[in-house]
Amino acid sequence: MNHLVIAPILLPLLAGILLLMFRRTDIRPRRVFSVAAVLGQIGLALSLLQAVGEGDILTYALGNWPAPYGIVLVADRLAAWMLMATALVALFALLHACRGSDVAGRHFHVLFQLQLMGLNGAFLTGDLFNLFVFFEVLLLASYGLVLHGGGRLRTRAGLHYVVLNLAGSSLFLIAVGTLYGLFGTLNMADLAVKMAAVSPENLGPARAAGLLLFAVFALKAALLPLHLWLPAAYAETSAPVAALFAIMTKVGAYCILRVSTLMFGAQAGDINGPAAGMAGLIEPWLLPLALATLFLGLLGVLAARGLRQQAAYLVVASVGSLLTAFALGSADGIAAGLYYLPHSTFAAAAMFLLADHIARARGELADRFEPGPAMAGAPPLGGLFFVTAMLAAGLPPLSGFVGKFLLLKAALVHPAWPWILALVLGGGLLGVIALARSGSLLFMRTLPPEEGARPPAARASTIALMPAIGLLLLALALAVLAGPIHALATATAEQLLQPYHYVHAVLGARP
Amino acid sequence: MEALIASLIGLLTACGVYLLLRGRTFPVVLGLTFLSYAVNLFLFAMGRLTVGRPPVIGTGLPGYTDPVPQALVLTAIVIGFAMTAFVIMLALKARSELGNDHVDGEEGG
Repeated sequence: MNHLVIAPILLPLLAGILLLMFRRTDIRPRRVFSVAAVLGQIGLALSLLQAVGEGDILTYALGNWPAPYGIVLVADRLAAWMLMATALVALFALLHACRGSDVAGRHFHVLFQLQLMGLNGAFLTGDLFNLFVFFEVLLLASYGLVLHGGGRLRTRAGLHYVVLNLAGSSLFLIAVGTLYGLFGTLNMADLAVKMAAVSPENLGPARAAGLLLFAVFALKAALLPLHLWLPAAYAETSAPVAALFAIMTKVGAYCILRVSTLMFGAQAGDINGPAAGMAGLIEPWLLPLALATLFLGLLGVLAARGLRQQAAYLVVASVGSLLTAFALGSADGIAAGLYYLPHSTFAAAAMFLLADHIARARGELADRFEPGPAMAGAPPLGGLFFVTAMLAAGLPPLSGFVGKFLLLKAALVHPAWPWILALVLGGGLLGVIALARSGSLLFMRTLPPEEGARPPAARASTIALMPAIGLLLLALALAVLAGPIHALATATAEQLLQPYHYVHAVLGARP
Repeated sequence: MEALIASLIGLLTACGVYLLLRGRTFPVVLGLTFLSYAVNLFLFAMGRLTVGRPPVIGTGLPGYTDPVPQALVLTAIVIGFAMTAFVIMLALKARSELGNDHVDGEEGG
């Protein structure tokens, strides 16, 4: 039993509780404490990544109840990888919030920590109902964060977001209930074993429950046609929250990957011989939907009327690319997706943070795509926008290019490769056009200042830009260290494609 | 009893989905509530319906009823309650900020 596994859940929970207790104290110590808690989570993620680096799968039985009777937490390479990406994005989102937008509501830091607890828990849990509970934790915190700061449009977008996710939670429970009724267990490893041996008369309901789970995860991941909630919610919420939410859609993608490799994969159920009717349950759906999401997301990028909306559609498009990579099903494809995942998260978060700075520098015009007078402090903002746009569009030499290259390389052996190549490359072109257009409109097509116009809004200081720069540096590190990181991603993918390791680690030498 | 429970769950779900698709926030909240009731009953029924059995395994007992779904339902009820309270508050906030109780914040359409 290794207590390190539960630490990434306990740390933000304790931090959140303490922040709640001292919510009336001065904001400064609370900021320091909150940042320190996130730094601690980065440390924990790092040590967890080290602990599982050799391919070990750590398990933690809560209350020492043995699986499958109790709830287990499981840390494998994938979980540690997701924890790392989450903690890093959270750090920079939080640093941006500490520049002043965290005082718009008293509980920002509390909710932020609880959101991290929900995210970390969702990545670590090995139990389907526990996954639901952690989903609710992260959603509850996210409801508060979406509405942080208030405002008409934010309230409207928040209402849609909340209602849709509540309906999604109901579907999740129906799927979980059906699986429990059929198999009598909710432990994911145990489910994988029992699903492989499903009797023919139970096959229909089991497949229905599996597809229902897929629909719920697709809603969280904003997969077409369940993506419509995302652009409004992400574009209207405050910048640090949108930056943190860049990882939220990845939770859905993570769950799809986990469930599809563990329970519905071709290798699932190797323990009891060849897999039965549950294998390949969601594969026929995933690839076409992912490609359509990618393309529609990029059309949205092209049609967006403001920078924040454009960034939100970039998130949709990145989910499409990510799930395309996962849908390939091969180790190369999953590894490409795992490399692409942190990259797209950092790029989207950086875009949201920059859009906030640009909107402030443009005063009343905010982030709308309308020509206006030159903004204050344009050169550093323009330079950063250029780098972020290159990153998001996947142009060399940054990590977006490496990710896309790995994806295309892995796609070449897939039967549907012409479709994948055409849509990924064509979509990439659309993204470049859209981002080049918005960049030239925001920074080059400037109008002369009007007579008697108010001086432009405050220029962003270099320190204020640091969180966005930090995210870009992370993406740069992804590109520079592409070799070792891709090796780690490949090892992770290979571990995922051998689910019996996971099952053995959880269930142990059970008679 | 199975048929009765099943049709009840179906009826509640149908009402919930219908109300969820309405244009005003109050029916939507009611729809979510109906849906969560249906889900709770469904979860409960997934442990098989048994009457008058204890939720423990012991000698000399005629049988047992599965305690896990009851624990699951308890969790789901608590979460559902909290969410209903939250969504009502949010609907009230939207009503006061947007000036009407339409889910899109605009009359008609």
